[in-house]
Amino acid sequence: MDSSKIVLNPAGAEQESRVWIERLTAIGSERDAALAELHALLLRAARFEVGRRRAASSQLRGGDHDDLAQQSADDALLAVLGKLGDFRGESRFTTWAYKFALYEAAAKVRKRSWQGREVPLTAEAWPLMADDHQRTAQQSVEITERLAALGEAIERELTPHQREVLVALALNDVPIDVLAERLNTTRGALYKTLHDGRQKLRSVLAARGLGLDEHKEQTPA
Amino acid sequence: MIAPGHSNRDDLLARLTGPPGPELSCEECFAQLDHYVELELAGTDADTTIPGMRAHLEGCSACGEDHESLRALIATEARADT
Ligand SMILES: [Zn+2]
Repeated sequence: MDSSKIVLNPAGAEQESRVWIERLTAIGSERDAALAELHALLLRAARFEVGRRRAASSQLRGGDHDDLAQQSADDALLAVLGKLGDFRGESRFTTWAYKFALYEAAAKVRKRSWQGREVPLTAEAWPLMADDHQRTAQQSVEITERLAALGEAIERELTPHQREVLVALALNDVPIDVLAERLNTTRGALYKTLHDGRQKLRSVLAARGLGLDEHKEQTPA
Repeated sequence: MIAPGHSNRDDLLARLTGPPGPELSCEECFAQLDHYVELELAGTDADTTIPGMRAHLEGCSACGEDHESLRALIATEARADT
């Protein structure tokens, strides 16, 4: 057997998942025990996530932020129970449940690390950064032209909302969950706005003969 | 203003224009993330089974990070089990 692959034992996993669902939809002490076990698993996942993020963020060092892990496990437990009917058995039940805990924890950590910081929605000026000089003159000219065209298109072609979202997320590194909270919307809605803006920018580049990958395939005759 | 963290212009270009081709939404990504990670860890072709996922994980840094975390957690547990 190839030892580089992780064997997840599908048959045993299916049985295990079925037992989880049965216990969580039972009544009485059986269900209480399953809930406690599930909460413990979710808490472990949330702590795993908080630990990863804390290591990567200078804002979060110097505190264990276990309150975030606890809150994430509580919220994830509610989310899992609310979505139990959506579980299709395409993965192990525990893998499916973990993603809720990780999602809650990651979003909470991103928000805490931006607490009290201003969320920049505008670019003061179009960033014309120095090139790294590790390219041919021709490549360098192409990328300069593209960035100049993008700077112009961001000002002229995007709606104000698209511009704000693109600048905050793609230019100013604002985490999407933080922006969603400030603008009172969701990650999914913001990403759609970002995606639409990016598509518009791509089409502007293509129209000017500065297309990215597309121009390799469909060079006009 | 020099955007923080973007030392190179290719990176900036990629962030502004996103990945090429069709991609899942954040909601679709979340719905399929557990399945995708298990396929990846089992060494099967996750991208053929769930098209549009890879592009979304490249284009959406939050979902990309969530994917990394789930993958790391499951890999850690699978190693602990054996
Ligand atoms: Zn996403």
